[in-house]
Parts: sequence; structure tokens; C-alpha cells
Amino acid sequence: MNMAADGLSVEKVHVWRGDRHVLRGVSLSLGPRQLLHVSGPNGTGKTTLLRVVCGLLRPEQGQVSWRGHSISSARSEYQATLAYASHEPALKGDLTALENLRFAVGLKRRVTADELRSALQRTGVAACADLPARVLSAGQRRRVAMARVLAMSASLWLLDEPFTNLDAAGSDVMSSLLQSHVAGGGSALVVAHHELTVECDMRRMELA
Amino acid sequence: MRVGAFEAFGLVVRRELCLSFRRPDQLLQPLVFFLIVTTLFPLGLSLQLSLLRDMAPGVLWVAALLSSLLSLDSLFKSDADDGTLEQLALCGQGLTVIVVAKTFAHWLVTGAALVLVSPVVGTALGIPGAAFATMLLSLGLGTLTLSWLGAIGAGLTVGLKRGNVLLSLIVLPLAMPLLIFGAGATDRAISGTSAVGALYFLAALCVFTCTLAPFAATVALRITLE
Repeated sequence: MNMAADGLSVEKVHVWRGDRHVLRGVSLSLGPRQLLHVSGPNGTGKTTLLRVVCGLLRPEQGQVSWRGHSISSARSEYQATLAYASHEPALKGDLTALENLRFAVGLKRRVTADELRSALQRTGVAACADLPARVLSAGQRRRVAMARVLAMSASLWLLDEPFTNLDAAGSDVMSSLLQSHVAGGGSALVVAHHELTVECDMRRMELA
Repeated sequence: MRVGAFEAFGLVVRRELCLSFRRPDQLLQPLVFFLIVTTLFPLGLSLQLSLLRDMAPGVLWVAALLSSLLSLDSLFKSDADDGTLEQLALCGQGLTVIVVAKTFAHWLVTGAALVLVSPVVGTALGIPGAAFATMLLSLGLGTLTLSWLGAIGAGLTVGLKRGNVLLSLIVLPLAMPLLIFGAGATDRAISGTSAVGALYFLAALCVFTCTLAPFAATVALRITLE
């Protein structure tokens, strides 16, 4: 388990939601320059797993550690190094795309408006920067959420169905972003239904 | 480079104010409610100024409590509904900083705004000008305390569909000491006796909730986030 020292390791995590035993002893490990594609039918706890990994949900049993330390011992430090994109884009409709990014990314690191604009440019929504998020289409919102992940310059990406609502071009952009993130030494845990076409050290895990 | 806690606090306060001013209707609702409720009393009661003046502190305080409650429901709920609360919780600053900043911003747009319009209402209810300083101070302390109590309630009820009735049931009993000492201080100031004792009590309640409520609200919110 040399990966545990420099990456993410999840050991025998159990989660119950009421009477339902959602995660039954899930273990995984993810090092730098690696991508883990988690798939599985609906209701098998993929989102729950992501929420456990990012520290929003405490597992009843088992442990999540990052770079050799349990995430519950240094939660804030750990969360500062990750970027999480939930299945909803998590944008404020009344704020512009740029403001949404500024208020979300600005809490993680000092960031300039130019950096944020270039993140929006890379995901192809530079033209929407000054529009309120509520007028954007679902696909555009997804791209803005992706720009937020990008601008956080986090080492661990946790993405929940990042390809939802994206057109073909958007999926290509998403794949190439994942590829360059992993090639640059990052780790990514991606929950997705369909096949990923990312050229990197990719492993697959099926939840059942 | 990581962002310090104070910087994060400032950023979240700016975010909240920005969001409030984009929705002026929601910003004005508690204020208009406060003005209307306090105007109803002189219309409903007889027009004897002495009677009105006797009732003024109570009317003022009950209206202030209720109008503050109106907006408490949305303190964390709108962020929880669109998923931005999770993003805030994961920003690496610790949830307490976020809770403190959001609650403070909430007080600025509701409590502080209410304090600013209270002289108008006070005049309408026949409160003499000499009592205004005490009235403003007690309302300021009281609304700040109420925002903190409300943050605990809002944290507990954020996951519920119709949480605002439960929220009132949680917060209003806790707000009773505020009403007693707040209205008491204003009442004493009107009658020309010293209101210092009641004001000290309000200040103590305010310090007590300001120091402990952020942690209670953080725990409440963390439970509902899970």
C-alpha cells in the first residue's frame, strides 16, 4: 500500500442510511497521476461514496486517508486540496458565472479575475462570464461548474457524473481536462455511467 | 496560496450582501412587514397617545422578533437547495467561519436595517425622542442575539420541507428573555428611569450567544449535511 502515503486510500467503508446498508465495505486506493472510474447501477451508493471521500459524510465503519493521514484528523487542510463537483452544478442563479467562481474559488485560494476568465475560456463558456447563472442552459452550467473545479487547482478531483448535459464537444473538453489534470500529477475519482475515453492510468471500479 | 479565516469571512459576507441586493424584494419584505405590523396597532387601538405609548415597547419588540423570523428560514436553505452549501462546507475554511459570516450578513440586512427604521416606528407609536438611544441599543443587541439563536434553528431545520413553522417553535421560546429585557429597557427609558440593568442583561445574552451559538449552529448544520 505505498499509494496510501501520497494519495487517497479508502479502507472498508460501511455506510447505513436508516435501515439500508448503502456501502458494504468499500475499499479503494488512488495515487497521483491516476484516475479511478467508479460505475454501477443507480442506487448503489456512488454519490454516497463520493460524499464519504470528500468528508461530508462520516462512515459508520472504515477509514478514509489522504497522504497517510486520516481525513477526520485534518479535515480543513484536506478539503482545501480537493475539488468536488456534485451532480448538480451548485451555482447561484442570481450571481454571474464569474461571481459564482470568485466566491467559491476565492475561499480556497487567492485568485484573480483573469485566472477565472481563463478557466471559463478553457471550458468554452467565456462568453457567459458576465451573465447570471439562471439564464444559462444546463450544459453551460455544467461547464461553469467544471471551470470552478479547474480554477481551484486542487490535487484531488472528485466528480459526480461530470458528463451529464454536456454535448459531444463538451464531453471532449471534459475528457481532455481530466487527461491534463492526471498528466500534471493530479488524482481524479470520477463517477460516471458511460465509458470514459481518457488516455491515462485509468482503473475502473464497479459498485454493486 | 491559502486564504486566511478573516479574508474568507469577508468574502462570504460580500457574497451574502451581493445575493441580498440582487433580490431587493426579499430584502425589503421583513422591513415592510415590521412597518405594517407596527402601523396596525395604532389603527386597531384607540387613538389615546398615553395608551399607545404604554404598549409601544411591547409592540415594537414583538414586531421586530416576528419580522426577523420571516427571513431566518432562508439563511441556509437556499444554499442547501442549490448545492452551494456543500461547496461552502468543502472550501477548507471550516464550516464555523461560513456560519459566522452568513449569520452576520443576515443580521446586517435584517436586524441592522430594522434598527435603522425603528425611530420612524418609534415616533409613530409616540415613544419620546429621549428614549431613542436605549431603544436603538436594545434592538441592536436583541436582533443580533436573535440572528444567532435563529442560526441554530435554521441549521437544524434546513433539511426539512416545511421547516419554518418548526423553526419558529424552536426560536421563539428561546427569544423570550430578549423580549422581556428588550421591551423592559425601552419601557424604562420611556418612563425616564434607568434602563442600564436591562441593557446589561441584553448585552450579556448577546455575548453568550455570539460565542456559543456559532458552534451549536455548525454542529446542527453538519448533521443535516450528512
